[in-house]
Amino acid sequence: MKFYRKFGMISAFALALPMMAGTALAGSSLTVMSFGGAYQDAQRKAVFEPFAAASGAKISEQEYGGEIAKIKAMIDSGNVTIDAVDVDAPTLLQGCDEGIFETIDWSVIGDKSEWIDGTTSDCGVGTIVYATILAYDGAKMKDGPKTIADLFDTTKYPGKRGLWKNPATNLEFALLADGVPAGEVYKTLATAEGQDRAFRKLDSIKKDIVWWEAGAQAPQLLASGEVALTTAWNGRIFNANKEGHDFRIVWDNQILDSNYWAIPKGVKDKAAAMDFVKFAADPKNLAAMTKYIPYGPVRKTAAEFVAKEDAANLPTSPANMTIALTLDNGFWADHGDEIRKRFTTWLAQ
Amino acid sequence: MSTATLSLGRSAAMPLRQAVRRAERPARNLAVLMVVPALLFVIITFFVPILKLLATSVQNPEVASGLPQTMIMLKDWDGHSLPDEKVFAALAADLDAAHKTSSAASIGKRLNYEIPGARSLLVGTARVVSAFSPPYREAFLARDAAWGNPEIWSVIARNESRLTPFYLMQAVDLRQDAEGHLQSAPADEAIFLDVLGRTLAVAGLVTLSTLILGYPVAYMLTQAPARIAALMMLMVLLPLWTSLLVRTTAWVVLLQTDGVINDILIGLHLTAERLQLIFTRFGTVLAMTHIQLPFTILPIYSVMRTIPATHLRAARSLGAPPVAAFWRIYAPQTIPGVTAGCLMTFILSLGYYITPALVGGPRDQMLSNFISTYINRDLNWNFAAALGAVLLLVTLGIYGLFLKLAGADKIKLG
Repeated sequence: MKFYRKFGMISAFALALPMMAGTALAGSSLTVMSFGGAYQDAQRKAVFEPFAAASGAKISEQEYGGEIAKIKAMIDSGNVTIDAVDVDAPTLLQGCDEGIFETIDWSVIGDKSEWIDGTTSDCGVGTIVYATILAYDGAKMKDGPKTIADLFDTTKYPGKRGLWKNPATNLEFALLADGVPAGEVYKTLATAEGQDRAFRKLDSIKKDIVWWEAGAQAPQLLASGEVALTTAWNGRIFNANKEGHDFRIVWDNQILDSNYWAIPKGVKDKAAAMDFVKFAADPKNLAAMTKYIPYGPVRKTAAEFVAKEDAANLPTSPANMTIALTLDNGFWADHGDEIRKRFTTWLAQ
Repeated sequence: MSTATLSLGRSAAMPLRQAVRRAERPARNLAVLMVVPALLFVIITFFVPILKLLATSVQNPEVASGLPQTMIMLKDWDGHSLPDEKVFAALAADLDAAHKTSSAASIGKRLNYEIPGARSLLVGTARVVSAFSPPYREAFLARDAAWGNPEIWSVIARNESRLTPFYLMQAVDLRQDAEGHLQSAPADEAIFLDVLGRTLAVAGLVTLSTLILGYPVAYMLTQAPARIAALMMLMVLLPLWTSLLVRTTAWVVLLQTDGVINDILIGLHLTAERLQLIFTRFGTVLAMTHIQLPFTILPIYSVMRTIPATHLRAARSLGAPPVAAFWRIYAPQTIPGVTAGCLMTFILSLGYYITPALVGGPRDQMLSNFISTYINRDLNWNFAAALGAVLLLVTLGIYGLFLKLAGADKIKLG
């Protein structure tokens, strides 16, 4: 991939990046909210604790499941108690459109060109890239699936399939498996025929689908044997393997997406929140995340700080990036409402 | 009059009843005062949110306040032809203002509920509208031919009002066509009546199963020796002290394909293949029945305890066979408890969320799951409120029906 090759570049700018503002925040306290689980554990070790040590600020943590409603309700109530929140790309776009995030002052954060295309925004700073992948249990299935088409092949791989209860990624997988080249997926999905085609493909396995909602459910479904195959977020599979499982990842046609730090509108101390976001997006701190969870940094200047053994597990490692699709969040912002409505109806029928 | 009045202390002639009331007033005021905190608590945490929910289900401020000038100009529009230049000019000014305050997306999102594609049309146009110059009509049509579709204009015009029945209609699978006539939603979008029916069916099944399982238990509780009854009561109450989520997860462990129940069935050679128990309607009703059982048992038990055992003995000694004695003497007296228990379980079951989400399949999701989707994922709080309002009305309706059928005196909730 284009951006991976650029990962190798050493940017003098990155090395010159000043560290934290010292003791300016000593005694103050910041509340940050993220997705909990192994992901937030990694953030705690790589970002929160070092930030607290460097700045003297106390970090309080909250967890959520990515529900934008929680942020909106907080802002509507007029009492913004969270200084920075980790959001996924659709939430970032939705929230940016609806004015629930503060504008990011990029002159404080760094040079936008260091970020992979599409991971900078007026409202958020991209941090990590993760992949939605196909996974199976190597202990139960010796000759596992090789391609995304196998997800839809119930004769070759019988059994239930776990899928994320969200149209995003599933419609893409359906079209990819149906033979649409990665480059044309969104062009196809923008048409009524393309959507019909994707839903038809999903229809072919509808009775075999078990839907998961929280990221931790996917490895749990695999572990309990409830499903033979499941889509999952790669970090969750990696962490399940750390607990002794032998889950395998099919990197073919993985779908990449990124997460962001954003600052809720009306935050009490925006400068302090910006300091935190700047620290969280610092190349060294981004690279430190990969020690704990295999989500790749989206800031190219972070690549040089990633240890070789960690780099191999990242979705962005060259070996894993044979065929990949980057989730088009602009597409989902434009068409999401209609497709989600159809998806909700389709599920209930 | 002089004979009917008594002189009490300093007070002049005053009817006795009034005098007593006055004498009791301090105590009564104190009693009222003691209830005030609870009353305020209920009003603030219960009635106000419900009123707010009902209000949210009809609120419609986005388009009217987002496109104020367009709304004024559209008043003269005939409703089916392409609007004239001054409407487009007003829209250009409104969209430019909306772009500057970044509110174009929320206007677009609102219109998108009624006409697919409106969101990208509005946001896309708002982004470039500052470069438009008169004649605006041509500029808009050149940017996107969709502006020439009268349907989008009739949707805009229809949303001039800040109150709308749209969400409530959608919640019962109705919609308005371009002329404003009511019609049912197309078959591939009409799911909410189906979901409502499913919610009622699941709640009904759960109520029935808790009654069948719970009635004999309640009876045994009244008949067993005190020590055994105490132990049984503990077993009835124990699940109530465990978190709902924990009990539901326990059912996941039991029901899953590689789970305990399937292991036992296979072990006993009762079935050759593992049964699909989880993610089914059966699993949902089973888990909900377990959780709801105490709510049905306790009211029945409290009524049964007050029925003197002598009634049954009297019936038997007067020659009634056991079944008739039970059915004609005992059972009718338990009806207040049965109706109370069933009503409680039925109404609580209507609002179930987490159990169907974890144990049920996609076709077992109840109305609450859809409400949560619209709140959390789609950020369509108006529609979530409308679904909530429909559920509330149905619940009140069923409660009213129950009262009418069973009689208010026949329901003993305490």
